[in-house]
Amino acid sequence: MSAALVEIQEVSKSYRRGSQTIPVLQGITLLVPPGEFLALMGPSGSGKTTLLNLIAGIDKPDSGGIVVSGTDIVSLSESQLAAWRARHIGFVFQFYNLMPVLTAYENVELPLLLTSLSRQERKKHVETALDIVGLADRMQHYPNQLSGGQEQRVAIARAVVTDPTLIVADEPTGDLDKESAGEILTLLERLNSEFEKTIIMVTHDPRAADQAHVTRHFDKGVLEELNRDASSAD
Amino acid sequence: MKILKLILKNSLRHKLRSLLTAVGIAMAILAFGLLRTIIDAYFFGVEASSDTRLITRNAVSLTFPLPLAYKDKIAEIPGVSNVSYGNWFGATYIDPKNFFAQFAVEPESFLQLYPEFIIPPDEKEAFLRERNSCIVGRKLADKHGWKVGDTFRLTGTIFPGDWDFVIRGIYDGRDKATDETTMYFHWQYVDERMNATSPGRAGQVGVYYIAVEDANAVAGVSAAVDATFDNSQDETKTETEKEFQLSFVSMVGTIVTSVRIISVVVIAIILLVMANTMAMTARERISEYAVLKTLGFMPKHLVGLIFGESTAIALAGGLLGIGITLMAVKRFGIFLTENLGSFFPVFEISATTITLATVAAVSVGVIAAIFPAIRAVKMPIADGLRQID
Repeated sequence: MSAALVEIQEVSKSYRRGSQTIPVLQGITLLVPPGEFLALMGPSGSGKTTLLNLIAGIDKPDSGGIVVSGTDIVSLSESQLAAWRARHIGFVFQFYNLMPVLTAYENVELPLLLTSLSRQERKKHVETALDIVGLADRMQHYPNQLSGGQEQRVAIARAVVTDPTLIVADEPTGDLDKESAGEILTLLERLNSEFEKTIIMVTHDPRAADQAHVTRHFDKGVLEELNRDASSAD
Repeated sequence: MKILKLILKNSLRHKLRSLLTAVGIAMAILAFGLLRTIIDAYFFGVEASSDTRLITRNAVSLTFPLPLAYKDKIAEIPGVSNVSYGNWFGATYIDPKNFFAQFAVEPESFLQLYPEFIIPPDEKEAFLRERNSCIVGRKLADKHGWKVGDTFRLTGTIFPGDWDFVIRGIYDGRDKATDETTMYFHWQYVDERMNATSPGRAGQVGVYYIAVEDANAVAGVSAAVDATFDNSQDETKTETEKEFQLSFVSMVGTIVTSVRIISVVVIAIILLVMANTMAMTARERISEYAVLKTLGFMPKHLVGLIFGESTAIALAGGLLGIGITLMAVKRFGIFLTENLGSFFPVFEISATTITLATVAAVSVGVIAAIFPAIRAVKMPIADGLRQID
């Protein structure tokens, strides 16, 4: 019995474009222990975001198994997956993907609307999450009133507000300047070290990968062999 | 923060687009409401007609007269309680644009048959007494500023010559369906002139008005009247007042049908506009829907958001349209009853029309949201996020 939080066994995934079948992932096997901060790196089209989507349960593999926190997510139906994502996954996107018509507070509250929490309980959770990301004073601001770094911090607050099992981040610093990127990486590192959140992050940025405990490289849909020392030395 | 709030905020996201769409729907509802109200008004006279009064006319055509001698024969038919008669006069008051309906009737029996014309006893008595007197409806009197005692002249068309009248009474309708824009005067006044100038046209009647004792006997009495004059020189056609009115309406049946079709087509057009708006909206928000799905929102939530937004805009437009329609009907109604009161004695929007307009607006919102909702629900999340690495 493995102690891994995420167990990926021989996962393959391909896409169809017209009559063509394009393999994206080929026989990927990966174990991510609880509390890990894993960075997935690789060139564009190498399949790292696809793997992230599979782990987050927003896409399904053609073959292979994915078990997250003891749940075989490949066997779940769409509605079961939706409920599972709401409970276990916090997603951070490259372009923040906040609802422009909602305030920071309302954006962070969104995932909690799917829970049975009362309004007061939701308020408490939202304020805590925004406090963690340092935006307690920006609750009533709309996304267009925030900087890119602040928007991403709101997005991170939205990702953690439900206290998920796993945080997946897709290029979380890809659209930020150096300073803002540094703040986001520090925040993610804090979530990992202080709040013991397991984080899987896709990135092109070697400096972002430096924050992670482990970096795995993709190339043409294949995951390179783990070299923890080399990763640490990066 | 509730889903409802998100729906509301989304609805106001593109204010100009939402406003223009809502105004478009409002205009469509206005057109729908006005057209339906015109049709309703056209049929209102039919609805208000009596089932127990019969109208007898020449079987060939309404333009052919019947002999006055038929009156007594009709009165003898079992089941007939009263008989009156009259002619369409069709004269001009100063200018043809001042058109109003005028009927030369046998006054005493006519007023007995039509108790819906409310007239003060002294005015009624004066009217019955004086050969060249007339009574006019309240709206007609108001329109021309007439009062009891005033005189005016009509220029005959069907019955040539100048015809002077003195107003001896102004009648009010017992209910709002009763026409108050018509003039009634003595049939004998016309007949005497015809006797003197065109003897061949004297003693002729346009229609007979027949009161039936028992509503259940109407069909039998109607058949009996026509049977009485079978094979005579002037055969008759007898029908209920409602059927008689309906025969006028059916003359323009094609127009009425066309108006009905147009009112539906207007709604269909705005449905396409609304569908286009929602398709644009959904297309713009594909990535947002994908994000919501990623957060764990179910298809039912997306469907609720899309249908909610579409319905909210459509309903806002619909309510705006109904409001404008109410005002337009009020203003247009004043114009119609003043100028075409004989045809449109009542011009009011009905509860059915308001209900249909509301249902139409909501339906437009719901139908317009179907395809965007299906698209959003079926869209794979990964495609929606557009981040296939």
